[in-house]
Amino acid sequence: MNPERHAAVPDAPAPDTPRGADRPPQAGRKDVIVLDRVVKRFVMGGEELRALDAVDLRIRQNEYVAVTGASGSGKSTMMNILGCLDRPCDGRYLLNGADVTGLNQNELAEIRNREIGFIFQSFNLIPRISSLGNVMQPLLYRGVVHAERKRLATQALERVGLGARLQHMPNQLSGGQRQRVAIARALVTTPSILLADEPTGNLDSSTADQIMQLFDELHKAGQTIIVVTHEPDIAAHCHRVIQLKDGRIVQDYQNAH
Amino acid sequence: MFILVESIRAALNSINAHRFRAFLTSLGIIVGVASIIALVCVIQGLSGSVTRLFQGLGTNNLAITSFTSNEKQLSGQFARLNPEDLNLIREKVGGISAITPVLISVANASSMSALSYSSKKGYSRVLGTTYTYQKLSQMVPVHGRFLTDSDNRTRRRVAVVGEEVRQKMGMPANPVGEYIEINGEWVKIVGLMEPKGDAFGVSQDDYVLLPYDTMQSLIGNQNQSDIQILLTVEDLTAAGEIRQRITRLLRASHKLEDNQEDDFKIQSPEQLLSSFSDFINAITYFTIGMVSISLLVGGIGIMNIMLVSVNERTREIGICKAIGAKRHHILLQFLLEALILCLLGGLIGILLGYGIGTAAAHAMNFPLSGVPAWAIGLAFGFVSVVGVVFGMLPAAKAANLDPIVALRYE
Ligand SMILES: Nc1ncnc2c1ncn2[C@@H]1O[C@H](COP(=O)(O)OP(=O)(O)O)[C@@H](O)[C@H]1O
Ligand SMILES: [Mg+2]
Repeated sequence: MNPERHAAVPDAPAPDTPRGADRPPQAGRKDVIVLDRVVKRFVMGGEELRALDAVDLRIRQNEYVAVTGASGSGKSTMMNILGCLDRPCDGRYLLNGADVTGLNQNELAEIRNREIGFIFQSFNLIPRISSLGNVMQPLLYRGVVHAERKRLATQALERVGLGARLQHMPNQLSGGQRQRVAIARALVTTPSILLADEPTGNLDSSTADQIMQLFDELHKAGQTIIVVTHEPDIAAHCHRVIQLKDGRIVQDYQNAH
Repeated sequence: MFILVESIRAALNSINAHRFRAFLTSLGIIVGVASIIALVCVIQGLSGSVTRLFQGLGTNNLAITSFTSNEKQLSGQFARLNPEDLNLIREKVGGISAITPVLISVANASSMSALSYSSKKGYSRVLGTTYTYQKLSQMVPVHGRFLTDSDNRTRRRVAVVGEEVRQKMGMPANPVGEYIEINGEWVKIVGLMEPKGDAFGVSQDDYVLLPYDTMQSLIGNQNQSDIQILLTVEDLTAAGEIRQRITRLLRASHKLEDNQEDDFKIQSPEQLLSSFSDFINAITYFTIGMVSISLLVGGIGIMNIMLVSVNERTREIGICKAIGAKRHHILLQFLLEALILCLLGGLIGILLGYGIGTAAAHAMNFPLSGVPAWAIGLAFGFVSVVGVVFGMLPAAKAANLDPIVALRYE
């Protein structure tokens, strides 16, 4: 599969709208994510490092985006900001049209719970509770009663093909199965975006491919997905590829599918 | 409410996952609470049997004893009560239904006298008294009889013994007619009294009673001897008035100046009881103070382990925050975990303390009156406060963690 490459050609910014990045491949769909000159600085040993350097980005509903780039290029930093785990130092972040830049930790927690499904490279399951318990957990913070949590979590686990592993503890599951539990946990709250930071980084290539096929299905079902990866064949699953270098977007193109 | 129930569920899960550690964590609390409860059990049981003991003495009784203040003791002046005092009261104070002197042998510090029977030797308390003592102390003979008025008048060399004396001297089941030697003098046993059992592990049946005058002639020098006076008032409501009259009479007869304090004491069982409870209360407060300190130390132990546990679970906290846990979700979970550890420790402590109390009651031979509700309430109240106070710091630390920092924690 050879991706057809396009150079990133930014639109001329309209005076009253944020300067988003891409052309509209799916015009008419609403923006889920808009980054407006987002800056993230870290100070390390007196030296300032710009992990994100005035990033503009616009992602629409049901896009399937790969974020690539060398190690240290700022991919995780960007994902953390998109996932409301971290706050930009400068610029604005609009999520579903609402500015989340100035929200406090509790308000961000609420957004993470309702709008975002985060998938990590190291799965990040809670070790002492079963897969079902792990998937039920986010609904707890939303105030869903136990029986309903159980029903929704079971559904989510069935959706990722783990209907027969509800009571397994994380250490009784393979890496691929653990990542599926993590995906079920991300999906169970029906978030508006699914963010995955190198979700296949700890998996062998065939398992990685199965996970990506699951992402493909979720995308077909309407999910907006952003996947960080540095493997070309993972990025090839996605419809749009964004490349970061030193905290800037240096490429932004559509894959031919 | 929802959050509370769910946080309790989470806290219980987490405690259940580390049962042994949870046990070690709350060990301080368990020990603290167990000692409170054991103490309360023992004190309640003791107070109960002391109360019954004094009730057995008869509530209408008054005991008059000589009293020497510490300063007087240092200057070698010892107060005495003598037979004239007894006669004075007998003649001048009305409303008394029975009065008797009691002469206590003061041969040595423990007020025990040497006995021997056939080849056996032993010690017991030897008292000289009159037939009236039977009524005052409610004694019932099993064999033979009590002392009589004529025993006293004729200074008969007879004695009445308690069950304990019979046993330790190896006398037959019916010792009436046997002879024992007391301080080198032989007396004949005329009666064995019904046993009263133990109080605080001390037998109440370890005594030899001689007629008052017999004992006085055996001891010799009358002026040196100090007596106790036991009396029963006819009407309890008049007890206060009778006390006052006796006080005035004895002060006058002992020629005490107005500025001098009484050289005798008039005590009733209630008074003894209340001074006993003052003493018990003092011990209780002291021990509760000590135990409170140990509970605080237990609380610090819990805080310590909770801090370690927050550290260990930093990543887990990060995960929870990443999937939407707010500050109060985390705070509540850790706070409840500390609280539940304390309450479980408290519960185990109460059971353990009750067990220790029961064992102590068994060993010291007094009936257990159970753990009073206030003690259980106090224990749970205290451990709850300890749990909240010492759980707060670790819980706040957990709740304030930055999600990214927590997620990156190895
Ligand atoms: N918490 C932090 N403190 C200091 N520097 C950081 C921190 N997080 C990331 N960085 C730096 O920011 C840059 C981008 O990091 P990151 O987003 O993790 O890169 P990537 O995920 O693309 O490998 C790196 O140079 C990294 O060292
Ligand atoms: Mg990274």
